[in-house]
Amino acid sequence: MTTTFLLNGASATLDADPTMPLLWALREVAGLTGTKFGCGMALCGACTVHIDGVALRSCVTPLSAVAGKNVTTIEGLQSRPAKAVQAAWVGLQVPQCGYCQSGQIMSATALLEKNTAPSDAEIDAAMSGNICRCGTYPRIRAAIHSAAQTLKG
Amino acid sequence: MTPPRTASRTSRRAFLKNTGAVSAVALTIGFQWAGPARRAEAAETGGVFMPNAFVSIAPDGSVTVIAKHLEMGQGAYTGIATVLAEELDADWAQVRVESAPANAKLYANLAFGMQGTGGSSAMNNSWAQLREAGARARAMLLQAAAADWNVPVTELTTDKGVVRHASSGRQAGYGALATRAAALPVPEQVSLKDPKDFKLIGHRVPRVDVAAKSDGTARFTIDVAMPGMLVALLKRAPLFGATVRSFDATAAANVAGVVKVVQVPNGVAVVAKGFWAAKQGRDALIVDWDDTHAEKRSSAEIMTEYRHLAGQPAATARKVGAAGPAIKDAAHRIAASYEFPYLAHAPMEPLDAVVKLTADSCEIWTGDQFQTLDQANAAKAAGLDPAQVNIHTLYAGGSFGRRANVRSDYIVEAVSIARAFGADGTPIKLQWTREDDLHGGLYRPMYFHKLEAGLNAQKELIGWRHVIVGQSIMSGGPFEAMVKDGVDPTSVEGASTIAYDIPNIDVSLVTTRNPVPVLWWRVVGSSHTTFAVEAFIDEVAHAAGKDPFAFRRDLLAHEPRMKAVLELAADKAGWHDGPLPKGKGRGIAVAEAFNTLVAQVAEVSVDAAGKVTVDRVVCAVDCGIAINPDVIKAQMEGGIGFGLGAIRFGAITLDKGKVEQDNFNGYRVLRINEMPNVEVHIVPSAEVPTGVGEPGVAPVGPAVANAIFAATGQRIHLLPFPESVRNKA
Repeated sequence: MTTTFLLNGASATLDADPTMPLLWALREVAGLTGTKFGCGMALCGACTVHIDGVALRSCVTPLSAVAGKNVTTIEGLQSRPAKAVQAAWVGLQVPQCGYCQSGQIMSATALLEKNTAPSDAEIDAAMSGNICRCGTYPRIRAAIHSAAQTLKG
Repeated sequence: MTPPRTASRTSRRAFLKNTGAVSAVALTIGFQWAGPARRAEAAETGGVFMPNAFVSIAPDGSVTVIAKHLEMGQGAYTGIATVLAEELDADWAQVRVESAPANAKLYANLAFGMQGTGGSSAMNNSWAQLREAGARARAMLLQAAAADWNVPVTELTTDKGVVRHASSGRQAGYGALATRAAALPVPEQVSLKDPKDFKLIGHRVPRVDVAAKSDGTARFTIDVAMPGMLVALLKRAPLFGATVRSFDATAAANVAGVVKVVQVPNGVAVVAKGFWAAKQGRDALIVDWDDTHAEKRSSAEIMTEYRHLAGQPAATARKVGAAGPAIKDAAHRIAASYEFPYLAHAPMEPLDAVVKLTADSCEIWTGDQFQTLDQANAAKAAGLDPAQVNIHTLYAGGSFGRRANVRSDYIVEAVSIARAFGADGTPIKLQWTREDDLHGGLYRPMYFHKLEAGLNAQKELIGWRHVIVGQSIMSGGPFEAMVKDGVDPTSVEGASTIAYDIPNIDVSLVTTRNPVPVLWWRVVGSSHTTFAVEAFIDEVAHAAGKDPFAFRRDLLAHEPRMKAVLELAADKAGWHDGPLPKGKGRGIAVAEAFNTLVAQVAEVSVDAAGKVTVDRVVCAVDCGIAINPDVIKAQMEGGIGFGLGAIRFGAITLDKGKVEQDNFNGYRVLRINEMPNVEVHIVPSAEVPTGVGEPGVAPVGPAVANAIFAATGQRIHLLPFPESVRNKA
């Protein structure tokens, strides 16, 4: 059975079990491995993607649910906020093991696409669903502020 | 008087060197390889200059550093490349890093005597080795240029990958000299840079892996894909020590995409065309378990046993003077006990390994942390010789010690599945889920600590007695020889090594046994001993009527480096600026772990409902020469977050032997809204670098507990912390 949707700006038709979580369809069927598996229960945020511009957990989203929708993964980030976030991630040397960072970047980008000058509390609220076991949190906060500055300037 | 530090400071290195089993493994695996070539290689490698096992320079000038250590987030690749590139005088923009193959002879951790990463040893054991490797390569490039230009080598200089001759104005990039350099003999002696000339070490050098880790292209084991690859999930016993009695694979085999169901020593595996099919197949699999020999107690019952054992005869880990009589006759006696739960490592990448097994070869792709032991264990599981096992080490999505284990559990599982599948060369990826990770054992052990201290009439600390009860990490494996006279050093380090100048000290250990598998966890023994020592010394300081900082400082006169980090943290935190407002508190703690000294001051707020917020942690660290100050800061920040999550929320508990936590809802870890502001201050030093991956974890728990006491008058004796801390006042 196939599901057709917009994947990183291009039409994609994936032949897979429609109940398969989008995460595994992206990783194993579409071959986009930047989106990561961390918990399978929407508890850690490693699998975060944008569906119609909203940051959602692909590990609990069935493939069938994105039919006709617009899905963006870390590989397809193009927006100005996304580029500012990624540049800030490099500039402030955020990642350590790096495994959670695709999800962090997807959540941070979704935040800045709605709110170009988030406070610490707004950052915490938007990012508390994304776990980083390496504890890069202070740098994530700083990098989001830095990206916000870039967007302002 | 300075109490002797006994075996205390003996590092893991000394123990491992004395460990026959490990040496045997190293011999088996290492000695079939040829020794380092006396002449660098070039002809057969397309003009690539490989002066030694750690670096190669291509004709295009690119420098590839071969990392013998796993990059699991701690910055090892960057540190390794920095040290080598410094002496090579390479252009950092042209430096890349590749992981070394499994080869104990070329790539042993010099602290272990075998290839592996751990104990915060990567930079310390590689420091001299990598500096020399870089310097030798540079010397050969200089010789090549001198011969080419017919000028004395002493007139040549290097900078950013270019050799220059000032008086003639000639210059050549390293790439252009590579072929010629490769034909030269490797020099016996080389001189190393004066540290004042360092251009990379101690400077802001960007990590080599950050770009790829910011755009989704960094490749982890879970990302490995190859034609025909299958994915396996393994159903493991619900109780530790249970085994498969029988299984019914009918329903599992009917799941679309399931290829085969196979039994292996650890359970029953479902091998399928992808994760989702394997997961559904495993859900449908029915296994009847034999739990005759399984652990069926609850963790509360285990702790009850430990409390009882704390009063039983114990093995001596450290003895100075006679603590028992000193405390008995003391003018003031203080006593406390501390209880620590099992902890899971819970790295973000659930364990995984890809294996391609044939009748005479075994290829493994994984975030490998213990290559030599993994190679030997994989060979045994495959029925092959270690030389037939080839390991490709990839980035690990965290580890915190989990991927370094003497059973090579997840790798052996993957190899066993590939063998049971038919060893037909089909690549099979074993993928653990988060539930598998939290249920899978190899936890930081549970511990019970009982402490007593005595003060004389002048309120001076004259006696210290510390009993630790818990399972041994080292017993029963290849590191058994580390256990001496009934004392596993990893059970007591941080307690037996107590640095305070106390005339009578008695530290002892009762080692327990049960079927729950245990393992080192980030900062190993100091993950619990530092809490017990630093929380209790705070209670003693309070009983003595002394300031907690001043009390510690006065007992560290003979430990200048530890005293210095303590003072630096206190100064930077404003310890001397007077008390914080009501409802807030400051706490301090200091630790030595893996020869790195760390002190931290925590500031907390406790609201009317008893909810604790950690506002700020000020950290001072002395790790010798700071190779990469920004990475050191990152490791302190991360260590603080990791340690804080554990003491606030971390616990694996058993109910009738079954683990009660399934995922990150039950096993809570620190989230961004719970992360304090962190300030890190690095002590300038000319000492050989020591590690930073783990030590930052140790002091945060007691610093926060002591801050909670300052705010509320309430001591923390049970970990993790209670949901709310009631004000005692």
